[in-house]
Amino acid sequence: MALTIVSQIFPREMIPAVLPLIEDKLQHSKEIIRRKAVQALYKFHLIAPNQVQHIHVKFRKALCDRDVGVMAASLHIYLRMIKENPSVFKDLTGSFVTILKQVVGGKLPVDFNYHSVPAPWLQIQLLRILGFLGKDDPRTSELTYDVLDESLRRAELSHNITYAILFECVHTIYTIYPKPELLEKAARCIGKFVLSPKINLKYLGLKALTYVIQQDPNLALQHQMTIIECLDHPDPIIKRETLELLYRITNAQNVSVIVQKMLEYLQQSKEEYIIISLVGKIAELAEKYAPDNEWFIQTMNAVFSVGGDVMHPDIPNNFLRLLAEGFDDENEDKQLRLYAVQSYLSLLEIENALYPQRFLQVMSWVLGEYSYLLDKGTPEIVITKLYRLLVNKSTTSETKAWIMGAVTKLMPQAPSSKTVEKLIQEFSVSLDTCMRQHAFELKHLQEKVELMKNLLPIDKSCEDLVVDASLSFLDGFVAEGLDQGAAPYKPHHQRQEEKLSQGKVLNFEPYGLSFSSTMSSSGCTGRQSPAGISLSSDVSGNSAETGQKEINSLKLEGVKKLWGKEGYLPKKENKVGNIPELQPVAQDSTLVENVDQMMIKKDQSQALHHSEEEAEKQRLASTLFVGLGSESAVSLLGKTDTVSHKFRRKSKVSDTKNRELAIAHNINCSSFNPLSNAPYEDDDHLNNFQGKGDTGLKKCSLGSEFLESDLKSESLTELHLVENLSACSLSPPSLFEDNSMEIFHPASPILSSFANEISLTSSLLEELNEHVHSDLVELCNNEILKVSSCKIWKDDCLLLVWLVANKSSLELKSTNLEITPTENFKILEHPGFCFPIIEAESTKSIQHHVHIEKPFTEEGLSGYIKCQVEEDPYIQLDFSVTLSLLDFIRPMKICTEDFGKLWLSFANDVKQNIKVSDSQANLPFVLKTLQQKLRLHIIDIIGNEGILACRLLPSVPCLLHLRAHEGMVALWFRSSCSSLPDYLLYQCQKVMEES
Amino acid sequence: MIKFFLMVNKQGQTRLSRYYEHVEINKRTLLEADVIKTCLSRSKEQCSFIEYKDFKLIYRQYAALFIVVGINETENEMAVYEFIHNFVEVLDMYFSRVSELDIMFNLDKVHIILDEMVLNGCIVETNKARILAPLLILDKMAES
Repeated sequence: MALTIVSQIFPREMIPAVLPLIEDKLQHSKEIIRRKAVQALYKFHLIAPNQVQHIHVKFRKALCDRDVGVMAASLHIYLRMIKENPSVFKDLTGSFVTILKQVVGGKLPVDFNYHSVPAPWLQIQLLRILGFLGKDDPRTSELTYDVLDESLRRAELSHNITYAILFECVHTIYTIYPKPELLEKAARCIGKFVLSPKINLKYLGLKALTYVIQQDPNLALQHQMTIIECLDHPDPIIKRETLELLYRITNAQNVSVIVQKMLEYLQQSKEEYIIISLVGKIAELAEKYAPDNEWFIQTMNAVFSVGGDVMHPDIPNNFLRLLAEGFDDENEDKQLRLYAVQSYLSLLEIENALYPQRFLQVMSWVLGEYSYLLDKGTPEIVITKLYRLLVNKSTTSETKAWIMGAVTKLMPQAPSSKTVEKLIQEFSVSLDTCMRQHAFELKHLQEKVELMKNLLPIDKSCEDLVVDASLSFLDGFVAEGLDQGAAPYKPHHQRQEEKLSQGKVLNFEPYGLSFSSTMSSSGCTGRQSPAGISLSSDVSGNSAETGQKEINSLKLEGVKKLWGKEGYLPKKENKVGNIPELQPVAQDSTLVENVDQMMIKKDQSQALHHSEEEAEKQRLASTLFVGLGSESAVSLLGKTDTVSHKFRRKSKVSDTKNRELAIAHNINCSSFNPLSNAPYEDDDHLNNFQGKGDTGLKKCSLGSEFLESDLKSESLTELHLVENLSACSLSPPSLFEDNSMEIFHPASPILSSFANEISLTSSLLEELNEHVHSDLVELCNNEILKVSSCKIWKDDCLLLVWLVANKSSLELKSTNLEITPTENFKILEHPGFCFPIIEAESTKSIQHHVHIEKPFTEEGLSGYIKCQVEEDPYIQLDFSVTLSLLDFIRPMKICTEDFGKLWLSFANDVKQNIKVSDSQANLPFVLKTLQQKLRLHIIDIIGNEGILACRLLPSVPCLLHLRAHEGMVALWFRSSCSSLPDYLLYQCQKVMEES
Repeated sequence: MIKFFLMVNKQGQTRLSRYYEHVEINKRTLLEADVIKTCLSRSKEQCSFIEYKDFKLIYRQYAALFIVVGINETENEMAVYEFIHNFVEVLDMYFSRVSELDIMFNLDKVHIILDEMVLNGCIVETNKARILAPLLILDKMAES
């Protein structure tokens, strides 16, 4: 019973405590207990796979258990492991096939039968495993063909459960490397499914067809009529599955019919989830296969009006991008756009028709951008229509912003429009600040027609405007501000650090309250500098200077709005903010990030655009005269960013202030009144700052202590490494030569290359002699090439040396050696290497420094070599080396004291008791084994306890506390890395078992 | 993988629910109500597999009682469909002609049976004798 509980609810932390108990139970005489133990282990595997990896051997035992139940339980573990990493378990394919054969052959006890089918669920499980194993692997698949054929044949009984098995068979057959005969049989099976009068089977058949059809579209042709029938089936589920099937077989010819069907279904269905997924599919198909413009626009219109506001935002964005970027053919583009405009105009004609907001947004963008393509319809008409939308109550403010953008774009074409004037008047008093701001912008633009035309060119939505990114015209102002004692701008992260530290100290200060309130207010605005707020409280002055500061504060306020609390606000505001200045960017409905990217791009180009700069200035000037708040969003995020850079740069350039002062001022600027020098505040801040500095320093010193110990250990390591490991490394040069002779292909007749290689390897060895290294291992070989490798355990990394030997008497041209990158390793050099020429019978070598990214037990590093002999086709050879965790473990030399300190500082620990035979139970022996095999450094031995330390390259320490008593060794690992102890524990257990 | 196992009667009262994935309590009630609504709305001629949000429902009706299983796309629908029947057969064997009342008043036992059969969302045991073995031992202990 306890085991049942364990397998259902169990906390991850307690695993090490109970694991040995459960392992014991694996040998219990009763099958039910063994089965439960395996199930409990499965649970462990689910929640913490790396803690049970050392008992994989026991899983294998469970797989071969004489009881079926235990074996079945272990299959779950295997299914999961194989799904994650099929390559490791290829050798088990044979066992699985045998088991399945026995099951199918009815060798199980009768009580496993279900409706006279032997253990159907077990069969399904096995078939699934085989499917994973055989995927894309002809050799493994080869093994499974027979048994699959057998299962297909046996499952002829017509009961539901046999259909389930058949379905799984078909699935497996189509997953593994294909074999024509089996495919044919599977296809016949599917036919049976699809034609079955039973509805559930029909569903399964359709599902199977969906799998199959990607490989073999002809099968769909065979069942054409059935599919058509299913399409008109009364059951919506069947219909949906059929649509899914059709979606897979869509091509340019049948797209319109299929999309038609999908739309029909879409109109009937109500469920949101279905709508979202289906709309996405239709849009994808329409984009991919659209036969002509008219159809495309119509389809998209339908999609937008049905999908409405629930659909994925990518869809309208993609659609607009497609329209804007167009295709290769200019004429085609025009037609497409023209058609879009016409269709939207006609849609808007209809009175009282309600469209989803997204659709309206798309419409307004297109109209704003491309209505000039209309010959006769003047922009006036379009504007009137948009205006009508704008006053509609159901339109949300986001959509209104889009529409306003469109109107702004249209205005240059109709400079003296009455509607626009009406619009401006109406919205200048609007309560919605955003709308009001737009109205004002429109008004000002209307006054300067020239500028407007410049700003809003026709059909340029895809071209980036060049903007003066460095805002050089503000330099003067900045200098002035600095002279006045204003704080130089500091970047965001710096400010936050200061804020944090101040926040801490302020709690103890008498003035704490007032400051912290400032802090919190600026804190919630996120990006905004504290200076922004303080400056805005200073606005009351009316000198030119304060005026200019006002710009500054206003600008920052604009930013503040962008980063409002509501998630959707930023996007909208950003768009709004962008429209007047960076319109093309905004038109692409870029989000904040995009703007930033653009700004970076522009930063790089550093090109100044004159007219734009002027426009900027005028804009700023006009800002000054218009009331507070309305124009605040004029500045856009990217610009304030660059402003910030400028400020900082300026502060560096102006040598008038040294660093300390700057800091004082920075702190100063967070107070209410930065420009008036309030000495006591200053003092406070300085104090605070010092306080913070102290704690900071303390932290630093702590850190450096740690570093020091680390460094010490490293330097010591160098000295001791060789001596420590001499026992492990078996390859002094003389021995090595022998080895390589053995490895060398005996059939190779060319002695000279032989000698050549030896000389090269020995010279190589001389170079590397100061480090410990492994034997030369041959990786791959054919009559022309041989690749061998050698691991060199350097102190700071693992060095892999590849030797490429040319055994033929011909030159090898452009030999390429590529290492496939994996996530666990980092190779410092470029993973590929090319030798332009390898002369006949010679050997070349390459070195790679390998670093470990995350711990693992054993991992293959594979690669291939490609070469060409004269004009022959390329020869490719694959190879792989296995790197184990031990290749990355180095001893760590620290003293007992440091050990104590480190021990307390690490949070991740793992404890485990290991039984050892009596001969091993003495501590010195265990320690010696660990030292030799695992390269752990023995720090101290006290009584029957010992402490050891090692580090995982580059410098992840791991500490081990070890206690031996009465045939048991208690291991206790601690490390800063969470998974490292588990892996080390596994290695320890392995060496102890071996010794 | 099996996500949940539900037994609901025609009135929409949940008789048994077992989740193999964490779902918040208040969301469970919503989900159950929604699931049973979808199942009840379907006629006998319609397919017993329903695509519901991002997973699938497999249901089977026994008199007034619905058994609904939620699975993800890795599971074989037909196998689960038959598994439901297997479960009912086991109940039938234990209670000898099982009825809704049996399940209501012996909920603990039904849970034990279900836990023997499904573990962490996997079908682990389908052999009737073996499923009932621990339960019978418990019964024997209770008697003596």
